[in-house]
Amino acid sequence: MKFSTRSQNLPLYATMLVLLALFSVASLRYEGFFSTRVVANLFSDNASLGIAAVGMTFVILAGGIDLSVGAVLAFTTIFTATLVQNHNVSPFVALPLALAIGTSFGTGMGFLIQRYELPPFLVTLGGMFFARGVAFVISQESVGITNATYDKVLEFGVPLGAEASLSATALAFIVFLIAGAVLAHFTRFGRNVFALGGNENSARLMGLPVGATKISVYAISGFCSALAGVVSTFYKGSGNPADGVGFELDVIASVVIGGTLLTGGVGTMAGTLTGVLIFGTIQTVLNFDGRLNSSWLRIAMGGLLLLFILLQRFLSRHTAAVR
Amino acid sequence: MSEPLLNVRNVTKAFGGVKALDGVGLTLRPGEIHALMGENGAGKSTLIKVLTGVYTPDDGAMQFDGRVIAPRSTREAEAIGISTVYQEVNLVPTLSIADNILLGRQPTRFGFLRKKAIKQRAEVALARLGLKLDVSLPLNACSMAEQQLVAIARALDIQAKLLILDEPTSSLDEREVEFLFGVLRRLRDQGMALLFVTHFLDQVYAITDRITVLRNGAFVGDFAAADLPRLKLIGAMLGRNFEELESADSDPSPAITEKRATFLEAQELGKRGVMDNVSLSIAPGEVVGLSGLLGSGRTETAKMLFGVLPPDRGSLSIAGQRTSIRSPRQAIRLGLAFCSEDRKSEGIIPHLSVRENMILAMQASRGPLRLLARSEQDQIAAHYIRALNIKTASAETPIMNLSGGNQQKVMLARWLAMQPKLIILDEPTRGIDVGAKAEIEKLVHSLRAQGMAVIFISSDIEEVVRTCERVVVLRDRRKIAELSGAEVQPNRIMNVIAHHDE
Amino acid sequence: MMNDPFARIRPWFSGASLLWPVLGLLTLLVFNAIYAPGFFRLELRDGHLYGTLVDILNQGSKVMLLAIGMTLIIATGGVDLSVGSLMAIAGAVAAVLVTQAALPFAAIVGTTLALTAIAGTANGLLVAAVGIQPIIATLILMVAGRGIAMLITDGQIITFEHAPLVFVGNGHLFALPFTVTLVLLTLGVTSLATRKTAIGLFLESVGDNEKAARYCGINTTLVKVVVYAFSGLCAGVAGLIATSNIKAADSSRVGEMMELDAIFAVVVGGTALTGGRFTLVGSIVGALLIQTLTTTMYNLGVPPAVAPVPKAIVIVAVCLLQSEKFRQQITSWFGRRQA
Repeated sequence: MKFSTRSQNLPLYATMLVLLALFSVASLRYEGFFSTRVVANLFSDNASLGIAAVGMTFVILAGGIDLSVGAVLAFTTIFTATLVQNHNVSPFVALPLALAIGTSFGTGMGFLIQRYELPPFLVTLGGMFFARGVAFVISQESVGITNATYDKVLEFGVPLGAEASLSATALAFIVFLIAGAVLAHFTRFGRNVFALGGNENSARLMGLPVGATKISVYAISGFCSALAGVVSTFYKGSGNPADGVGFELDVIASVVIGGTLLTGGVGTMAGTLTGVLIFGTIQTVLNFDGRLNSSWLRIAMGGLLLLFILLQRFLSRHTAAVR
Repeated sequence: MSEPLLNVRNVTKAFGGVKALDGVGLTLRPGEIHALMGENGAGKSTLIKVLTGVYTPDDGAMQFDGRVIAPRSTREAEAIGISTVYQEVNLVPTLSIADNILLGRQPTRFGFLRKKAIKQRAEVALARLGLKLDVSLPLNACSMAEQQLVAIARALDIQAKLLILDEPTSSLDEREVEFLFGVLRRLRDQGMALLFVTHFLDQVYAITDRITVLRNGAFVGDFAAADLPRLKLIGAMLGRNFEELESADSDPSPAITEKRATFLEAQELGKRGVMDNVSLSIAPGEVVGLSGLLGSGRTETAKMLFGVLPPDRGSLSIAGQRTSIRSPRQAIRLGLAFCSEDRKSEGIIPHLSVRENMILAMQASRGPLRLLARSEQDQIAAHYIRALNIKTASAETPIMNLSGGNQQKVMLARWLAMQPKLIILDEPTRGIDVGAKAEIEKLVHSLRAQGMAVIFISSDIEEVVRTCERVVVLRDRRKIAELSGAEVQPNRIMNVIAHHDE
Repeated sequence: MMNDPFARIRPWFSGASLLWPVLGLLTLLVFNAIYAPGFFRLELRDGHLYGTLVDILNQGSKVMLLAIGMTLIIATGGVDLSVGSLMAIAGAVAAVLVTQAALPFAAIVGTTLALTAIAGTANGLLVAAVGIQPIIATLILMVAGRGIAMLITDGQIITFEHAPLVFVGNGHLFALPFTVTLVLLTLGVTSLATRKTAIGLFLESVGDNEKAARYCGINTTLVKVVVYAFSGLCAGVAGLIATSNIKAADSSRVGEMMELDAIFAVVVGGTALTGGRFTLVGSIVGALLIQTLTTTMYNLGVPPAVAPVPKAIVIVAVCLLQSEKFRQQITSWFGRRQA
């Protein structure tokens, strides 16, 4: 019984251990790695990934999957960039509009999945094709943004010691992570999401609002993908319809490495943060070490995925055997 | 006597023309533990689903606490005061105990969960059952018994007046059952009404005050437990009038043919959590029945023999050779065949044609590369469609379009085409019409004549008596007796089931 | 059943019917016949056929090959997300071997295909032996595979002029691009192997009702491992073509998103994602439908990058057509109108 208690949190501890080990080894090997600047940059550089991962965590916790996040991100970047740059629309109008579109898009996919019992995999695949195509309808080319409001936001930073500061995008990531954690772990809605992913049939017999919850998680993911796109326009200073190809894979991998069960029902926002930071740390290591090329990022993520999926599988078999 | 809490009258519910409930009644009083009994297909689960709002009845009336009710969802039933704990515990195993007790009705402040209050309320709910658990543990860290109690605690948290327990004890051990019964008695003394569905006779007599018996969707009777002898209860469930049983000479069971070399001999087979202990032997040309009430271990015995649930103790020999069967493939190679009672999930391949379903086992034993010639396949299909009188538009019709009885015959054809040495038929006549039933019985007789060994499982005791020359009687997952020859009589079998311990 | 007014048309909506994909393809062709002059024009130059139709066959060859392997996997109720990455691995291995090793071409092809088949086997073992959901199990190789390919080419784009390898994706045979021969050969062999043996029957049984198939004595684990290995093999061939097309191993781009096109082709072709009955020809028609759609859009002056939009609409429409709930809703609408 005691073993099982720990076993549910074991993937989370294992992930944290991996992050700690990665960071320690890198700090010993590379000069200047162990610094507030590197840590602050981990948050700024991976703000888009992190925000999308918050949304994906909800979807996966509920037992679904969302393949459209990369395409929705691309759509949002080019949509806002075109509005702000080419049509002189104020960011205060363009950004909320982009977020509303992303949210409605997610809601639409959630509706199809819930109402007609379609496989989330195919519906969000369709969503991915659609959003990507529409992004290219808006513009074939990257659109740079030069805008006073953007500049002001980019100048903003919370100083951390002498040489580092937290950018606005990093702050957005942190705020959303906390909001996501509160929603997932401290509200009825969050518990319902866990229940839905843990056993949909039980959740229904317990009288929980299964349909509304299911649609909501896709709406949240749509919102988060759009927000990730908005953050990306700040980070890159441009919008590009070709952005975020394969982004959904990074997001899913980060969430799963963070200890969220792909079958749903088990996971934490703290784990998702850890998964995102592992992804970021590997990338930073590759930047520090000129000899390693970027292929190692994918291989490392794949290896970690395999490791954690096998670990989860072993644990679920173990608990089944105990029962 | 107090006013009834629940009064169900004349409830009828049909599915596609088949009446699952036909004018059924049920009366429960506060402070009463009431058993609902019946064999498979009696209508127990349909009645429960009507009470809990999963199904809406076609006809009839329900009164609860003095008011007419017609719940349309589980939620609505709970709001009225009817709560249910299902056999396969419908909770979320990955969430904590506290979450499971309070899901959907957690106390909140400004929209946020009040974790302390949740913990307290969950602990109070458990304490009412005399249970103390760390409520922050995930549910899957609990034993089945604890999960069952957590489910009851959840039901109590909504102030239920009627608690329905659907086979709550089927996966508990004796000590756990005792504890559960303590809890149920305590609830009864607090004035709650409990409806208890089970197939364990001992438990029924140990705890219930009244017993309602259903059979084939119809109401058989509502008895005081103290006034209903076991034999009479079993007679009511199986459709035999007790007096009639005493006197009547039943159809003679087939005569024992001369003893031939044993084909299969199982000694004290068992598997943890599945089956305690069963021994049986069978020779070519013999039909051996497995009898016992639902949950006695009939299907489990079949699955142990066929390698679906490989036994972890005991010994098995086939044609005089010691062996152990670890998979259906191996069982088939040794000449065994198994016609599952669960046609839908373990038998038919729904979208494939009648022909393909028939030749599948045969093809599997030939391996993937030596495809049976199409002409041969057609021949086999045509032969069995004729021989078993299968009603299908053609051999190419997807099997899912056939009626239950005809699907069953296709399953029989699948195994007969293999010419097995031993065929296990698990409830081959369940859910099929009378004509098809008679045909299948006739078929079993002809198989015997051909020298095949048949293990025949059925909850219809008459049928077992008519078909089998020897009967192994099971109860509570162990073999309790073996009857043969003249002993194979319905009343003997029921006597053994009812009075083994006494 | 007798009173069902839709009894006659019902089969069109369910099972592995070729009607819808063929109808879709024909519609596109008719559209092109009207709006795209020269669409059907074929020209024989130097004994080679040229024309839009030939281009469609040639460019669609990779997805057709992937779809053949994917069909068998989907028939067992699984899915393979890793084929795009396996294409990249195949391209990388072949390019490195032709530029750096003095091996006979047959050995190079053999090594490449053996490697992707082994990778497929690994997928199959994760699914069948370890019991991991197919989407998750193949996601691992989808993520890592591209990295492995880049590692093989050391992050470089390796170009080559090796004649036999260039021929695979650019050569002609029997007046048609060689890729057409490859597709027909694979399709022919696979059709024979599934329909002239019991393999097809076993695949459908496992996908339709795995438990019942096991009770019939079918080795369900082996069946699954074999189809994933075969899908790896198909991805290897597709990878060779893709690399040969551009005479270079570009590990980050080869086969990108192609797993999704392949799944799309299979589903549009009439094989349900839930497994069971499959049709290889349907999947080929599905793949041709995608390619014709892309080419049509291109002819209309729509940039290729926008082509995913109609694709998305088709895939959601196909899903809805297969959805029991959706059909019930439509039927109830009809019913109300009649009443």
